[in-house]
Amino acid sequence: MDIKTLTFLIVGASFVLYIAIAIWARAGSTKEFYVAGGGVHPIANGMATAADWMSAASFISMAGLISFMGYDGAVYLLGWTGGYVLLALCLAPYLRKFGKFTVPDFIGDRYYSQTARTVAVLCAIFVCFTYVAGQMRGVGVVFSRFLEVDITSGVLIGMGIVFFYTVLGGMKGITYTQVAQYCVLMFAYLVPAVFISIMVTGHLLPQTGFGATLADGSGVYLLDKLDGLSRELGFHEYTSGSKSTLDVFCITAALMVGTAGLPHVIVRFFTVPKVRDARKSAGWALLFIAVVYTTAPSIASFARVNMIETINGPTIDAQAATGTAYSEAPSWITNWEKTGLISWDDKNQDGKMFYSGDERNEMKVDRDIMVLANPEIADLPAWVIALVAAGGVAAALSTSAGLLLVISTSVSHDLLKRNLMPNIKDKAELFYARLAAAVAICVAGWFGINPPGFVAQVVAFAFGLAASSFFPAIIMGIFYKRMNSQGAIAGMLAGIGFTTAYIVYFKFVEPAANISENWWFGISPEGIGALGMLVNFAVAFIVFKFTADAPKEIQQLVEDIRYPQGAGEAQDH
Amino acid sequence: MGFKNEEDKKAYWHANLMLMAKLLTVWFVVSFGCGILLVDQLNTIPFFGFKLGFWFAQQGAIYVFVALIFIYMHQMNKLDKKFGVEEE
Repeated sequence: MDIKTLTFLIVGASFVLYIAIAIWARAGSTKEFYVAGGGVHPIANGMATAADWMSAASFISMAGLISFMGYDGAVYLLGWTGGYVLLALCLAPYLRKFGKFTVPDFIGDRYYSQTARTVAVLCAIFVCFTYVAGQMRGVGVVFSRFLEVDITSGVLIGMGIVFFYTVLGGMKGITYTQVAQYCVLMFAYLVPAVFISIMVTGHLLPQTGFGATLADGSGVYLLDKLDGLSRELGFHEYTSGSKSTLDVFCITAALMVGTAGLPHVIVRFFTVPKVRDARKSAGWALLFIAVVYTTAPSIASFARVNMIETINGPTIDAQAATGTAYSEAPSWITNWEKTGLISWDDKNQDGKMFYSGDERNEMKVDRDIMVLANPEIADLPAWVIALVAAGGVAAALSTSAGLLLVISTSVSHDLLKRNLMPNIKDKAELFYARLAAAVAICVAGWFGINPPGFVAQVVAFAFGLAASSFFPAIIMGIFYKRMNSQGAIAGMLAGIGFTTAYIVYFKFVEPAANISENWWFGISPEGIGALGMLVNFAVAFIVFKFTADAPKEIQQLVEDIRYPQGAGEAQDH
Repeated sequence: MGFKNEEDKKAYWHANLMLMAKLLTVWFVVSFGCGILLVDQLNTIPFFGFKLGFWFAQQGAIYVFVALIFIYMHQMNKLDKKFGVEEE
């Protein structure tokens, strides 16, 4: 069978599986729609959280990013895993004990204020839309390459599938589909990684192959080889970075705190039956995420060596290499040239390709190719390539569904039920939740087909916003029972205002000025959320000093969420 | 239901905060410490085929993170039992 038929078969089979699960697990009440009835097993919830978390960007782009960034890629690895420690220790168990449906629910009730609730709802919706636009695009890209349909049809197929199981199944449908999607995506990520690890280093585990000697008998360590190649070809050394230490520190902090503050991740911990399960589930979630996140940097280094040797020709001395003749180029180069992800410009007219970090360079290589084309670069069997396609689609679908659910919940629950129409019946609320999900899918699809040029820019924004708004407000809400609504609202507004102003200035108003000399303390817009978080805390405490403590009953509520007993199920109102 | 007295409630919360402080210190040291602030110094030490600082930044810290959450879960469940505030 050829690759295309195999891809159709494997991706098609995964779709049938998702839809079957959705029909089996459809939601009958708002509680099932919002938090899956609160009865999800912690390990299943861990898998669902992992699938929710690992987006098309994690699956497709992360290894490629690291491959080009070397050491600096650690900001993503540390940032996107370390946040779970904060989540597990500082947020998840308490929010579960609090036992409502959403993050704005907590902020609104804890700070006894509709203003606080509204600020939180708007942040949640903004953060989720930012994210979901990129996901839909990811589905489109994967489809267009592997199924050879255009991006628009790819996005429409993806929308259809997500529509079906989100609108029908709500959180319950999503949770069980995400469990299946995690299995698909992890398998799809690991299989090529193991193959390549064996090929390059002879090690079964990519994690140990990463630090092993090459299998070509030279006895040279993989990373030493990579450092050598990087030096000779004019790149910065692979194992040391090019960003300033303070910037790496701030970006990592912003991503960690942002991760812990992202509403679609937090809401997953409302779905387990007990506080004990919330703690456990966070551990499993991080374990499942770590499987992929420790493999990614290994893939990054294998792929880089492979790619350089394929293009420049295998030679011990990279300085002496002159390149591979284009006429003898492996088929993946010509295949992927069609998508524009790789291109060759024969500057010195010798008919040979050459890749380097200086003026000799003749190649343009997109970072996404590292995962997508890796099986072809390593010459793996066709079914592995088809599997990667199914994995990419699973990653994009699972994250979109989780985000769309938060958007629909924010509209039907936080905005309608808790704000505008407090007397709404459960049936009607469920109808509005489904309607909101359907509208959100259409909007997301539109963004996927007509991607605004700023998607990449606003991802930093989503994390910065979550870091500078939700995280401090929730932390103070749990650990400082006297904190009042004035302080929390002023803190959130100051944090968001500061972070937004900094990012908008450097990304949209003066993109030309976006260089380290102009940054405050050398902190890039990606890392500014860390500073925004500090601004939030500082302003909140200053305003608090001049206003009255939170009322007694609120302080009592905070004391109650500090121990697990009596958590019961997620509460209706 | 709940704590036997106010002292127990305070002691439970204090124990919880101390455990968090310990684990978050380790969290900070392996990621921000070994992986970022001290990375150049640690990179002079070879660790299998890795430089040690690079290994912490791209592998080691993640393993420690996973362990931290499971340790927290285990210790907290013990603490809940000790004070009689575990879930039924």
